[in-house]
Amino acid sequence: MKIVHSWLNELVTVGDDVAAVADIITNLGLAVESVEHVGGSVAGVITAKVLRTERHPDAAKVHRVFVDAGDGVERHVWCGAFNMQPGDVIPLATSGTRMPDGRAIEPKPILGISSDGMLCSASELGLGSDHSGILILPVGTPLGLPYGDALGLGEEVVYDLDVLRNRPDCFGHLGVARDVAAKLGASVLGAPVLPALSQPTLSATVELIAGDRCPRFTTAVISGVTITESPDWMRRRLAAAGMRPINNVVDVSNYVMLETNQPNHAYDFATLGGGGFRVRLANDGEVLVTLDDVVRTLTADDLLICDAHDRPIGLAGIIGGQNTEISDMTSTIALESAWFEPTAIMRSVVRSGLRSEASARFERGADPLGIERGVARFVELLSMTCPDLVVHAGMVDARTEFLPGVTALAVRPARVIALLGSWFDAAAIGALITPIGFGVAGAGEELQVTVPSWRPDCTQEVDIIEEVARHYGYDRLGKTVPKSTLPGGLSGVQQRRRRLRDVLLGLGVSEAMPHPFLAADELAMAGLPGEAVRLANPLVVGDDILRTSLRPGLLKAVSFNESHRRPGVALFEIGHVYPPSTEVLPAEYEALGMVLAGADATAAVAIWRELASAMGWGARLDQGTVPAGLHTARSATLSLGKDAIGAVGEIHPDVTDAFDIAQRVAVLELNLTVLLGSEPKVPQWKATGRFPSSDLDLAFIVPDRVTAEKVEKGIRQAAGVLLVDLSLFDVYRGTALPDGTRSLAYRLRLQALDRTLTEDDVATVRGKVEAATAKMGVTLRG
Amino acid sequence: MIDQIHTARDSALVRLAAATSSDDVRAVEQEVLGKRGSLTDLKAGLGKLATIDEKKEAGRALNEATTQVADAQQLRLAEFRSAERTAQLEAERIDLTEVMQRPGRGHAHVVTQAWQRLEDVFIGLGFQVAEGPEVETDWYNFEALNMPANHPARSMHDTFYVEHGEPGSTVLRTHTSPVQIRVMQNLQPPIYMIMPGRVFRNETTDATHLAVFHQIEGLVIDRGITLADLAGTIEAFTKAFFGEGFTSRLRPSYFPFTEPSAEFDIRTPAGDWLELGGCGMVHPNVLRAGGLDPEEWSGFAFGFGIDRMAKERHAIGDVREMYSNDIRFIEQF
Repeated sequence: MKIVHSWLNELVTVGDDVAAVADIITNLGLAVESVEHVGGSVAGVITAKVLRTERHPDAAKVHRVFVDAGDGVERHVWCGAFNMQPGDVIPLATSGTRMPDGRAIEPKPILGISSDGMLCSASELGLGSDHSGILILPVGTPLGLPYGDALGLGEEVVYDLDVLRNRPDCFGHLGVARDVAAKLGASVLGAPVLPALSQPTLSATVELIAGDRCPRFTTAVISGVTITESPDWMRRRLAAAGMRPINNVVDVSNYVMLETNQPNHAYDFATLGGGGFRVRLANDGEVLVTLDDVVRTLTADDLLICDAHDRPIGLAGIIGGQNTEISDMTSTIALESAWFEPTAIMRSVVRSGLRSEASARFERGADPLGIERGVARFVELLSMTCPDLVVHAGMVDARTEFLPGVTALAVRPARVIALLGSWFDAAAIGALITPIGFGVAGAGEELQVTVPSWRPDCTQEVDIIEEVARHYGYDRLGKTVPKSTLPGGLSGVQQRRRRLRDVLLGLGVSEAMPHPFLAADELAMAGLPGEAVRLANPLVVGDDILRTSLRPGLLKAVSFNESHRRPGVALFEIGHVYPPSTEVLPAEYEALGMVLAGADATAAVAIWRELASAMGWGARLDQGTVPAGLHTARSATLSLGKDAIGAVGEIHPDVTDAFDIAQRVAVLELNLTVLLGSEPKVPQWKATGRFPSSDLDLAFIVPDRVTAEKVEKGIRQAAGVLLVDLSLFDVYRGTALPDGTRSLAYRLRLQALDRTLTEDDVATVRGKVEAATAKMGVTLRG
Repeated sequence: MIDQIHTARDSALVRLAAATSSDDVRAVEQEVLGKRGSLTDLKAGLGKLATIDEKKEAGRALNEATTQVADAQQLRLAEFRSAERTAQLEAERIDLTEVMQRPGRGHAHVVTQAWQRLEDVFIGLGFQVAEGPEVETDWYNFEALNMPANHPARSMHDTFYVEHGEPGSTVLRTHTSPVQIRVMQNLQPPIYMIMPGRVFRNETTDATHLAVFHQIEGLVIDRGITLADLAGTIEAFTKAFFGEGFTSRLRPSYFPFTEPSAEFDIRTPAGDWLELGGCGMVHPNVLRAGGLDPEEWSGFAFGFGIDRMAKERHAIGDVREMYSNDIRFIEQF
């Protein structure tokens, strides 16, 4: 909302300190986002008199103009417009002037003759659209002065306010003035009084059919109107507030709205069928041509203003119809000033996509009792350009029982104190909120507070408490710190998530954050079939799937980096996925995805083992069940009991192809909601032996069908308590071995807690291990 | 005898002085003090001397000579060891800037770093951390937060709707505030909780706006909580997170879920005010939706963007970069 300083200053004296006024407004909760200076003269453009004009034989489109800028010196200017006569006073942009469009005026020679500045049209000075010729200033204008002085152009200061939803009244200067006046201890200019009415010669009838949607409709017939231009000051303020001046009737209508927040509409009484109004709901499919020349098809939820012949003449509260528009011939108008039910206006606006200054005010809530002030102000302002104005008696004020009444709220001073933490009694509360229109009655434990009709946001005690705080000043309420009796900290899940992240980072994997929306085919590209939840209104057409896996996002990241000459990235993401569900919400859970570009499956398994060790996780690695989209011979499902909790291995080459990735990609995917959800066992101390240990290196010939994990398990069981460490240190495949086998070499570190091991002890272990592995078809090598 | 001893001693000392390596020293030692060494031989001849006095005198001279030679030998040996170790170290010299690239540490996402720093500051102020779903019901996201259907403030949120259940019933949360309701429903006050998380707004992205970003929200519910407590908590956070030179202020604003509502700004040591987030006293309707009696409990809530903390700290020119997953970006932090 643009608030014009001079306008505000007319309603309440605020002085000239713009920064101070902006601070006051901001601290009232009406954030001033910027302060602009608009209008006034363009610096460097001064008045000058045309002395003579002269054609040049070689220049067809420009002529030479000699001017006097008041200093008696003859200046020469080239000019492309021919509308001036000797003696005319015109605006001269002197050299060095920067024009509103950013152009700098330089002495630019034509045919070797320089030009000492430029003569300006109205549009070049930002004074409207007329660029047909040079602006001719009034006769007798003094020379050498800013042209704006001659035109009565004054600079206006405009505050751009971020008016929030709870303050509809501040969409008018009056609302802001009330708040500022209270803060300054000043008073707001009183409402104008409607002049004496003529005999009831003319009146317009009103029939409210949809009384719930239009609880109040007033109309006054005003004659003696002559359509002309508005006074400069009004045009200037309207322009500063962002509205284009049109003619005196339209301008007054807009001015009243911007001042009082009461939209109104002037109909040409001569074209008003039957001389009256009917307010009713539209029929489905009914058509109205609006002021903007658009044919609009309506629904049964739209509210229509019709003439007495039931012909639609306006979309209520939003825009007028073309058929009763004010024209240059208009001499009598019917002024509508009404109050419409806000949420229904909002529905019509959303449905039609048609947003107007009027609808913005009605949908937020205009003042149902502010109509009188608006009408009186309308008449007062229009009288300035129409001295013969007559307001006919027989004004209609139609109301229904749906018009909001005066709200009275019980407010407890104790509650005010409890929420604000400072002392307020009835007198203090009254002193703060009566200046902004609230009525405070009673004393003691409960006050009766009446809410002004322009504050529909105040519906509860706490709303009044906010008004007290706002006008007292938030900064005066102090700063205290509540005493928490709880220990701060992370939950177990949160602590474990941090540990998981730290371990991954320590292992050299970096954190990515891909977008949670996917294109429909990206799941399939990643080899992940199945349904996904869709967005009803995606931002980017096509990106309308909620991910069910972190994999596509990470593969896109690998692909991106590979194409930017960074193969071999190691990335992880900890994030939510959202598989569909028949429950109230999708089956959202937290997942870990990790990709190691350029690495094979064992790299992912090594990381899984490190994580499992760090986090105290145990899960079965089942290579017999290949997870969807992964390499069929290099992947495994990770299971906890019967439930799959993850996958480890390599991305299927079809999938890397689909994502334009040329490298192998090792992958690890885990369900963190499950894995982080349970607290792992705390590691318990095992004595570290003080007696010497012995190492036993054994190489086995192992058939391909037997997994290393199974061999290791066999060794552990057979070796028993003496085995303190077991590591695979060599894998060999080659012609020296039988087909379908490989060699696995393990080092067993043996140690007893109570003695030094003997050769017999070591031989016994060796024998047991050999016997146990033989049962699996595994033989000791050499 | 005495002359022989002195001759052997002097010859040994001269040779030790002339030695050029520890091996030379050991050779002299062998020849003088070894099994067949010259002084060792003379020691064997002591018994052949005639008188006790002669024996005594020669024995004393022999001991002195032996000690002198042994000391000189130790000294020379130490000198050679030291020189040889020095030579060995110099031979092992490497250029410590001649380092091959190795796989280094991983880099936490810049938003995660900001997120954890914020969490840690609030934990220090006595807060716990709660989380909630990113796909939410309309009820938790709007209705319970004092924004019933058709509430005008809903238009302040550009909402992503999800095709799940009844049309319009399910949304991607537009703020972390629905977690407030879940916390109130699940915990008895006192509540001192922060709620960080991902949020969604259906608005076109640019260098300073994202459709998917992160917020952190705070909620305090206890007996006798006041607006002054809110201002004090914001102040304590401002100093703890940004530094002692920073201060904060509240100024009136509007949010449907708080009343009174405020924006909070922080003031840099240079004197500039920066708008940081929104806050206010929890609206009685919101307390009721969370199952709490507003006559018994009061509280405040505040919230602001996490991404912006990262953006400002690292002077990131375009917030979209943070989600590019470009390793060249990730490795910078």
